[in-house]
Amino acid sequence: MYGYIIRRVLATIPVMVVVGIFVFLLLHLTPGDPAAVIAGDYASPADIARIRAKLGLDLPIYIQFGKWVWALSQGDLGISIFSNLPVAQLIGQRLEPTLMLSLATIIIAIAIAVPLGVIAAWRAGTVVDRFTMLFAVLGFSVPIFVIGYALMYVFAIKLGWFPVQGYVPLAKGFWPFLQSITLPSVALAMLYTALIARITRASVLEVLTEDYIRTARAKGLTSTAVLMRHALKNAAVPIITIIGIGIALLIGGVVVTESVFNIPGLGRLTVDSILRRDYPIIQGIILVFAGVYVIVNLLVDISYTFFDPRIRY
Amino acid sequence: MTATTGDLDIGASRGRLDKTLEFARRNPTVVIGVTILTIMALIAIFAPYIARDPLLLDPVVRLEPPSAANWFGTDHLGRDVYARTVFGTRISLTVGLSVALLSTSIGLVIGLIAGYVRIVDALVMRIMDGLMAIPGILFAIALMALFGSSVQNVIIAITVPEVPRVVRLVRAVVLTIREMPYVEAAVSVGTRLPKILIRHILPNTFAPLMVQATYVCASAVIVEALLSFLGAGTPPEVPSWGNMMAEGRVYFQIKPWLLFFPGLMLAIMVLTVNVLGDGLRDTLDPRIARRMK
Repeated sequence: MYGYIIRRVLATIPVMVVVGIFVFLLLHLTPGDPAAVIAGDYASPADIARIRAKLGLDLPIYIQFGKWVWALSQGDLGISIFSNLPVAQLIGQRLEPTLMLSLATIIIAIAIAVPLGVIAAWRAGTVVDRFTMLFAVLGFSVPIFVIGYALMYVFAIKLGWFPVQGYVPLAKGFWPFLQSITLPSVALAMLYTALIARITRASVLEVLTEDYIRTARAKGLTSTAVLMRHALKNAAVPIITIIGIGIALLIGGVVVTESVFNIPGLGRLTVDSILRRDYPIIQGIILVFAGVYVIVNLLVDISYTFFDPRIRY
Repeated sequence: MTATTGDLDIGASRGRLDKTLEFARRNPTVVIGVTILTIMALIAIFAPYIARDPLLLDPVVRLEPPSAANWFGTDHLGRDVYARTVFGTRISLTVGLSVALLSTSIGLVIGLIAGYVRIVDALVMRIMDGLMAIPGILFAIALMALFGSSVQNVIIAITVPEVPRVVRLVRAVVLTIREMPYVEAAVSVGTRLPKILIRHILPNTFAPLMVQATYVCASAVIVEALLSFLGAGTPPEVPSWGNMMAEGRVYFQIKPWLLFFPGLMLAIMVLTVNVLGDGLRDTLDPRIARRMK
């Protein structure tokens, strides 16, 4: 089992190396002079030279890469061109809203999607099942910002139950915090819920045809016991896999949701940095998000050993 | 003699019609999807004939609600929202179809080679795993920041993150097919590699690729709108649904129609393409269909 975990951990290294090389090359893939691109259309040659020197762009590329990796290993993500503050510090400041939004979304999505998928599979072909599948297609198809504005229009503007936009930190009280985060996380949860519900249904449906389910039923277990203890546990591996893979969708969704609801998180930082061509921040954020994705999926891989003892190769 | 031929012809065409009807009855989702998409394609092609100039400014009628003159109202520069919505169909369809075509073609070539050539496989798949660890929208945003905004660059920026998914799919198909007895037979009689790939492997990738292409198309339409909405997509003057929503969001609380019509069209288009994808998957690959049902 430890061998399996060690192998999974080692397997993340090449992935992060590729991500690192891509992020580093991001600046050098620019058609033309990266320093000129960063400086913008109205920069003087002196500005461009200053930026080139600041980013070390005048050095040979392998030395630049070496320096960049060395700095990274010290937790140094570089300096923002626009604000002159360390990128790591800027990301740290914006972490709370994004983290809270993501956690709330994951909780809502799993709490709705897993029961919905199990019931749909259990009652396959009925109205409940058709409703779930319809919801799954809708959740995939209606873009997050359309859902976001629709929710905002009904529940914030017309009914006034929630604030229209903005974020209240947890430190300023749990209730205002919860109110500010409800609509964005519900909007963001739609896509994720659709994804998980669909896989849960398919996965439970397949397990329900197994012999041991018939045995469990035959020995007189209640439907709930059969579903929860036998069906769901055996269907868990694909469900957890999709929760992990879905993190990539969630991260993309966070960027958009934060723009719709005016939440000062990492997503907004990304969008602002792009408009200002602040490449060190863009590079830092991609590294952090890709790192989160890789770590979550590593944890998912490791959790397989808990749900399915056969996976210990 | 001529009479017989005529009879035969009628018989043949009736058979074809019956077959078509039978197909439509069995696969209503495919038919509905194709119908709605055809209507959207017609709207896109004949946009100049069914709507006014989407760039025409008329400051006198700024932010007017929907009326007989401006069916969907006007925006903050007095442009006709109906015209912009109609022309937005062009952008979304162009981006969706181009990305679907490009990413499946590129992915197909890389996937075929990776699936068949062992040495290339290890390296290519590590690169693909790495690229897949970067969330798609973020990837596209970063590329747009590099390239600058234009419709062409939007297509490239959305295509690149989609390629690894197609490569994985094609490679998986190749790995199963190459073990088939008929491929082994072809190898044993000395068939050259390019011929094996094209004659024996390629046709098998067609069905899953078609399904994948529709899903890629749906996702590309969403991502284009998202990029434009975030200000990292098509240039601001282009009438795309994402741009319209980005401009309308400022007035959202008082003039909701600015977001309503492009949002609705966007949702309908993506829904249609996704439903078509599901229908194609059930039709072309009965194995997956059975598992999903």
